[in-house]
Amino acid sequence: MAQEINAEISSICQVKLPVGETLNIKRNRLSPAGNDKGKSRWKRIGIVTGIHGDELEGQYVCYEVIRRIKQHPECLAGIVDVYPAMNPMGIDSMTRGFPGFDLDMNRIFPGNSDSAMTEYVAHEIIEELSGADLIVDIHASNIYLTEIPQIRINALHSDRLVPLACGMNVDFVWVHAASTVLESTLAYSLNSVGTPTLVVEAGVGMRITKVYGEQLADGLMNTMKALGIWAGEVPAVRQPIVDASADGVVFFNAPKAGIFVPEVKHWTTLGRGDLVGNIVNPLTGEILAEIRTPESGILFTIREYPVVDEGSLVGRLLKRK
Amino acid sequence: MKKKIIYELNALYREPMQVAGYEFGEGEKSVCVVGSMRGNEIQQMFACSRLIERLKQLEAQRAVAEGKSILVIPCINSYSMNIGKRFWSTDNTDVNRMFPGYSAGETTQRIAAGVFAAIKDYGIGIQFASNYMPGRFLPHIRMMQTGYEDIETAKKFAFPYVVTRNTHPFDTTTLNYNWQIWGTRAFSIYTTDTDEIDSRSAADAVKGLERVLNAEGVVHSTVNGGYHYCPEVLCDDNLRSVRCREAGIYENKAAVGDEVCAGQLLAEITNPFDGTLLEQLLAPADGTVFFQHKAPLIYADTAALKLVVRT
Repeated sequence: MAQEINAEISSICQVKLPVGETLNIKRNRLSPAGNDKGKSRWKRIGIVTGIHGDELEGQYVCYEVIRRIKQHPECLAGIVDVYPAMNPMGIDSMTRGFPGFDLDMNRIFPGNSDSAMTEYVAHEIIEELSGADLIVDIHASNIYLTEIPQIRINALHSDRLVPLACGMNVDFVWVHAASTVLESTLAYSLNSVGTPTLVVEAGVGMRITKVYGEQLADGLMNTMKALGIWAGEVPAVRQPIVDASADGVVFFNAPKAGIFVPEVKHWTTLGRGDLVGNIVNPLTGEILAEIRTPESGILFTIREYPVVDEGSLVGRLLKRK
Repeated sequence: MKKKIIYELNALYREPMQVAGYEFGEGEKSVCVVGSMRGNEIQQMFACSRLIERLKQLEAQRAVAEGKSILVIPCINSYSMNIGKRFWSTDNTDVNRMFPGYSAGETTQRIAAGVFAAIKDYGIGIQFASNYMPGRFLPHIRMMQTGYEDIETAKKFAFPYVVTRNTHPFDTTTLNYNWQIWGTRAFSIYTTDTDEIDSRSAADAVKGLERVLNAEGVVHSTVNGGYHYCPEVLCDDNLRSVRCREAGIYENKAAVGDEVCAGQLLAEITNPFDGTLLEQLLAPADGTVFFQHKAPLIYADTAALKLVVRT
């Protein structure tokens, strides 16, 4: 008979709202049941998503990981904390930021217990997650861009995080330069206090890309096995391309305002001068600008939302000879 | 006065967004004043419009000093203002989190780069700013502690308070921070309101600004009225927060600027359905109300008021 698991749903932060409602940030803690032996040595992983209310790819990942654990509860050997909605009101209202404040929640960490409610919430989240053996924060770019499953790592923390990222079954690990602005993110705050945290970007805002969700769930199961949290079988994972060079990524920004029409598929290898897409004017029927690759490489980000301003990001290319 | 276009951004279906600057005098880049950068910063734009009106008078009276110039940019983000949105009209990014900008980057980075290129060489930079916490402030001059902050000049605005605060990571991309790093003496002016016009505090701010222009020898005029304080210099961390535990209908029972005693009622929170009193917010010490929440509804666990505590 399969061993049972504990699946304890609780609120890690509660804030009363003005009109008959309480904001609850919920956690589902999965742990082995009926076997407290060695409990103090259980490892803990946190799967976090929904900090940006318009990024939904992580919803499927949370569902799928819990489903797999429940299918083989006897294989659970540690704690899996699942936080599907760090910004529940944002998810409910299709709002990227914290509704009512028009504030990007991922720019206010580590928060402050003595300021606005949003900062209080950020503070409580840090208190909750600190001390885990690994936190995986799943994002979905935004509503404008589609991303191949990738992990982004601040160069300051690369020694510790790159080996963990390589087990996550993503296609690409991007080690980027340190930026002071990014110091106010959840990942930076947690990494700074010694809690290893990986930031996953995959798919596009306001959508679920099931194939990416499955890919990330495979990666999480593999990572849990490596941490000793999961004892079951796991699928083989891919080895990502790791880029830590200062100029390994080319950004394409729209030179003109217009409508972007892509001409290539995502995660395509392109040669120098290949056409990525056109910016067109529907009023005049003109092509306003051609977006071409300045170098050869793999397109790992592409514009999803067609309307572009001057400067809007249209794509990113990982340079490859 | 010369009107010049500082930066222009083309769009597909809207008229180009032009960032206009109004220049007074000629010569050394002495003082630059920036108004609204966010779509809800109506008071900030209004204050700049009143400043431009005053500078036109001063120029007509030949009161602008020889060899000195003043640039005023009332609005950097008219696209967002015209659609009633706080941040950038398409991608919701904040121009004031994009400095010093990047001319080949994303849209708001380009706007920031274009504007910063035009204003980074001024000796003094003044921004009419707003805080992310929605509410009313006691007018004050605010500066980040970068090591370059100039408290003595800040005092010359003669506002009631000069407030300094520690720099946070997200501050490093604001205009004020980058002005300081590039060698401009930078000051942020907070008047009472943001999304509503308070003509009194705007007028007081213009007079404070004119005092600094006089103190710096950029104009030669007589300033009548406005603030005449010898400002108290505070660190933001020393303001005492009054937090609420409850949420509901929020009513202030004191005004910004009021001198209050320990235990005095500052605000009440009531049940939005039946009117039951849920919480009374009391002054924790004798002091002055520096900030107060002003929306009719309030969340729990919010710093509803801040006091300057008398010691």
